[in-house]
Order: sequence, then C-alpha cells, then structure tokens
Amino acid sequence: MTTSTVTAVAPAETSGKATAPDPGRQRLRRRLAQWGFVAPAVVFMLLFFGYPLVRNVVMSFQHYTPKTFFTGEAPFNGTDNWSSVFQDVLFGKALWHTLVFTAGSLLGQFCIGLALAVFFNRRFPLGGVLRSLILLPWLVPMVVSGIVWRRILDQDTGVLNTFLDTVGLGGQTPWLTSPDMALLSVILVNIWIGIPFNMVILYGGLQEIPKELYEAASLDGASGWRTFRSITLPMLKPVITVVLVLGFMSTVKILDLILALTDGGPADATQTLGTLTYQNSFVELDFGAGAVVGNVLILISAVFAVFYLRANRTEGK
Amino acid sequence: MTAHPPVAAHRARGRSRGAVTSFAAVSVLIAGAALTGCAQQRDSDVYTVMNSSTDETYHRWDAEAMARCGKQLGVTIEQQSVPASQVMTKALRMASSKSLPDIVQFDASEMPTFADAGGLVDLRTLGLATDDVPEGIVDFGSYKGTYYGAARSVNTLALFYNKDILDEAGVQVPTTWDELREAAKKLTEGNRYGLALSAGGAEDGVFQFTPFMWSNGGDETDLDSPQVVEALDYWKALLQDGSLSKSTVNWTQADVNDQFMAGNAAMMINGPWQVETLNTKKSLHWEIAQIPVPEAGADSVGPLGGAVLTVPNTGDTGREKTAGRIVACLASEKEQLTYALNSWMVPANEKAAAKWREEVPELDALADQVAAARSRTAKLGAGWSGVSLALQSAFQSALTGQSSETALQRAQQRATSGN
Repeated sequence: MTTSTVTAVAPAETSGKATAPDPGRQRLRRRLAQWGFVAPAVVFMLLFFGYPLVRNVVMSFQHYTPKTFFTGEAPFNGTDNWSSVFQDVLFGKALWHTLVFTAGSLLGQFCIGLALAVFFNRRFPLGGVLRSLILLPWLVPMVVSGIVWRRILDQDTGVLNTFLDTVGLGGQTPWLTSPDMALLSVILVNIWIGIPFNMVILYGGLQEIPKELYEAASLDGASGWRTFRSITLPMLKPVITVVLVLGFMSTVKILDLILALTDGGPADATQTLGTLTYQNSFVELDFGAGAVVGNVLILISAVFAVFYLRANRTEGK
Repeated sequence: MTAHPPVAAHRARGRSRGAVTSFAAVSVLIAGAALTGCAQQRDSDVYTVMNSSTDETYHRWDAEAMARCGKQLGVTIEQQSVPASQVMTKALRMASSKSLPDIVQFDASEMPTFADAGGLVDLRTLGLATDDVPEGIVDFGSYKGTYYGAARSVNTLALFYNKDILDEAGVQVPTTWDELREAAKKLTEGNRYGLALSAGGAEDGVFQFTPFMWSNGGDETDLDSPQVVEALDYWKALLQDGSLSKSTVNWTQADVNDQFMAGNAAMMINGPWQVETLNTKKSLHWEIAQIPVPEAGADSVGPLGGAVLTVPNTGDTGREKTAGRIVACLASEKEQLTYALNSWMVPANEKAAAKWREEVPELDALADQVAAARSRTAKLGAGWSGVSLALQSAFQSALTGQSSETALQRAQQRATSGN
C-alpha cells in the first residue's frame, strides 16, 4: 500500500525540472502537480481502505443488528462485543487454528516451492512444460479446488483412500471427518494450492542471481549444499521476504477453502478467524461480533506488515 | 449498477486540461457515481422479485409463473436470483440503501429475522386471504402472530429407500427406530451403507436432526434434555453399527443424494427437492416413507421447510399494494399446483394439496409428513440461527467421539449465552 504512494511521488519530483520565468509560481505549480499525482492514491486509499477500516473499528463497539439496516441506529455498547467474543471458547480455538494453519501452510508451501524452484532452475528437456503444468493449481478457483478435494478426501469413496487401499497403506484415513485430522488435511490442500505461487516468485528470484557467483563457488570447490546456503539463500532473501509476507496475508484470512472443504467442521475443528467472522456476521447476523474478529485479523496482519516494513528498511540502508 | 456515470465522464472530459484537473475530475466522477448509486429510480410498471432460484429449472418455472401473473395484473415482473445463502445479507444491504425489491422470497427460517428488524409488511393488510391455508402453514409464514410470508409450497424430510435393494434383502420398510436400526444393519454390505443422512455443518445437518429430536419429544429450547440426548445417541448408534458412513459429518444433503443414487446407500433421509435429480437415473427404483419414530404409534414430526414470498417495507404503499396482488397471484391455488408439480414439493394451499395428492400418489407419504411437520423458528424466531450453530457443533462432536450428553450440555450453554 505504502510503496505505491512512494513510487507515485518519485516521477513527479524529476519531471518538474524545466526552467521557468517566475520561480515562485513555478514552485507552486510543481507542488500542485506533485499533489495531483499523489491525490488518486490518497483518495483511493481513504475511500477503499481508510473508510471501511474505520467503520469496522467503530462497528465493533456498536450493537449492530439487522434492525440497524432499517433504522440506521446502532447504539454504542462499549466493549460488550469484545468481551463476548473473547469469552467465547470458539474464539480461542479459532485463533489457535488460524496460527497453526498459517504456519503449517507457509512452511509447506515455501519449502516445496523453493525445492521446485531450485529444481527447475537447471535446464533440462521439457523443464519449461513441466514448470507451466505445476502452475495449474493456481489457475483453478479456490472454491473449485475445495469441492474437488472434498471428493478426493472422502473417507469411503474418495480417490485418495481408494488409492492408499490398493497400494496396501490402509485406506480408512478419516481425512476430513475426524476432528483430529481435519485441520491437517485442510493445511495439506492449502499447501497444494500455494506451491505454484511460491515456486514462480522464487524461480524468478533465482534467475536474477548472477551465474558468476556459482562459477566462483565451484572454482573454490564449494559443495552443492554450501553453495545453496552461502549464495542462493542470501541472494534470494528479499524475494523470500516478499513471498512469505504475501503468503501470510493471503493465508491468515482463509475462508473460501475451508467453507468448501469442511464448513468449519467437524465439531469446529477447522474454524479459523476467517470462518468465525463470516459466521458471526453472515449467519448469526451479529455484525458487532463479526467486526471484533475482523479487527483481530487486521491487527495480526498489521503487526506482520510492520515487521516486513522494518525488515525492508534495514535492507535499504 | 447505475446508468449515470457515462454522462458524468463525458462532461468531465471537456474540462480536463492539466494533470491536476484531470485528477479532480476523477474524484468528481467517483463522488458522482457514489451519489447516483443511492437514488435508484423505480420504473412504475416494473416490479422486481428477489429469490434464490439460481438453478436453471427453478428460474425458468418462476419466470413462467411471473409472466402469467404479470399479464393478469398488467405489470412486468422481473426476477432477480441470488444464491440462497446470500438472500438475507443482500436484502439487508438493499434495505440500508433504500433499494429493496418489491417482493423477496426468503427461506422460512430466515424470514423472522427480517420481520423482526421491521422489514416486512403484514400480508393481511395487503388483502391476502388465508382461508384455504392450513393453520400450520399460516404459522410457518408468520412471526409473532403477524402473517408476513405466503408459502407457495412446503417441503419436509422423508425416508427414501431403494426398492430393489430392500426387496432383494427381504427387508420391510422400517417404521420405528428399532426397525430402522435393524434394517440399516442388514442392508449394509460391502461398499454399501444401510442408511445415509447429512450431519454436515451448516443448516443441512440441523434440518436432518430435527425429525429425530422432535419425534422423540425433544425441543430446541432445551438442548440438553434427555430426549435430545437420546436422539443423538440413536444417531451415534447407527454410526457405531457401521450403518452410516463416517463421512456423514461432512456430507450435505446433496452429497447424501449422490451416495444414494450411486448405490452406496440403501436408504436415505432427504427431501422432495432431490426428486428431479433422482428421476434422471431411470434404473433407480425408489419410494418414500415417513421417517421412523422412536416407538410404534408415535407421531413422526419433521421439519417444515420451504420459502415464503414477502413484501418488504419500502414505504411506498401504492407499490406494496400491487406487490401484495402479485404475491396473491403467485401463491394462488392454480400457480401453487403448477409449481408443486414441477418442483415435487407439496402445495401450501389445502385445495391444491388435495389435487396434488391425486396427481402424484407416490409422494403421498410426504404430504402426510408435511401435515404434521413443525417450523424451526416457531419457538425461537430470530434466535434460531444461534441455536442451530450450537447444535451443529454438538452433533458433530458427539458423532466424532464425545458423549452426547457433554456435547449437548455445551451446546445449551452456548445457545443461552447467545454470543
């Protein structure tokens, strides 16, 4: 968000260098032009980020019910929404599930994505074709993947269990039907979905690393693992940060995949903050409580964003 | 959403010179679009109906009915269909932007919420008569004694069974819980389960649990009563017998139907809206019976399901009157019969229901079940959604290992804390 504002200012500063008869007027015009370039971003952000954000925070302190849509009245009720959400056992569960889900998904997606990126970084026949085939999960809409995976993971008739059965690895795994397994299964599906994204970005980063470095390393007699650790990883660091931050942002707010796979069940085993805010706002129509959970999500993302910006700043220096 | 922005864009183009002004114009445009979005012009002869008929067949049947009624009343009726789960939130958003359609078809379990918010008009004041509608169905469309929703058809759940499989195994159609358990056990064989039902999240599972809860004398206001615990224990027993698939907790009612059609289940609990799909498989010989009861002679109480036509409170009494006439036409005896025969649901109107029974004798059991069926929101009104969520969580916990008693106690706590 912030980066777009910064880049919008930069060209304005360099563009106003023409000489002019009246320096005062010229400066004013330049100022105006600068603001002109900044304005769309500011207006856009205030309208589409600022306003909803403020509304959401305000709403979390209001008794906001279906009646509000008719009367427009939403009396403030202090911290009632917050205390009722925090006292709900489900909130603690959902928070924990969200953290496990995010950490598990990112770890899996990143490791496999990186491994594949390194793999495809070598040239070999059909490499390009294979690489584009691996992108497929990314192109399939999330809900479609969810529904297909729900069929695949069905305990009795699913393809996965049937396959496991034929190769003699049992075949009674309760992927989505056991509260102990469901979260893991949802994480596995999300890893599958996230691999292409991680691979593409990391592959792009790998292409940027100068080949000379590897040549020098091989002249020095560095092993493959040593080269990876001392050249690939450090050179890839900025890209890794971007991948992890973007991955975090899209994973922590997960909703559609879980709705399609398990609907938060069985027995709330896959409730996350995303599904909880959906349930509060759109099933129970308790918009105040939904806003509270939404705010918690925003807060978590904001904390992460701050870390990201700080990490970037030290990098810049 | 609105036809005005292009005009504004044209005007803005003439003025734009420097970079600054063009950006100013953009802001003006955005503001303009936002403002025009609020004031929606209503065409005086065009009436809109919002429903959830997103399936091609239902959309077409509704469009045909609306065309007939529009012709009769001299107005044009437009149909706007959104997915069932979005009707409520969409209607609420439209209420706050003062752009409500003239008629909204709500699921009957959602209607109380909208009525409670003051969003609906009393249909009796609009001249709708309820003389031919059975009392149960008038209650179904009422909230706190006011008749807000006219049902065209109603539905409920019944026991569907595969006739060939039952005949082959020499199993009689079960009528009591014990018989159902025995029959399901006998019919379970190889990849085939004796019975399929939905205990999935969302409303589907709750809808399926209610006939077991109610027929056993349980009640949604007292979730941890022995009767409800017993009903849940019965589900658990079916699962432990191996007569139900373990995937039951992850199945919607549509999944249950797929399993039944694929021959993976000999019997299923489901509703008449599946008949259309069931009939696409010609080799499948199915019949229906009432849902078995705990003891012989007890009443089989199913959940009354279906949608009701409502007239939202738009403040324009003239239009509301006409909307009332449209609802009356769509819910008239003739239209009800046409709709019911198309959709396999039971007409709400008594006379239409009698004719319907003659035309589709194979669904007779369903009509009986409807007559004794109960509305989910009759006792709790707008509070149903909270109880429903608590109940879902409870039976899923119980079916995956917890004791029914503990699970239901927690559900009752959660329901009463009303978070």
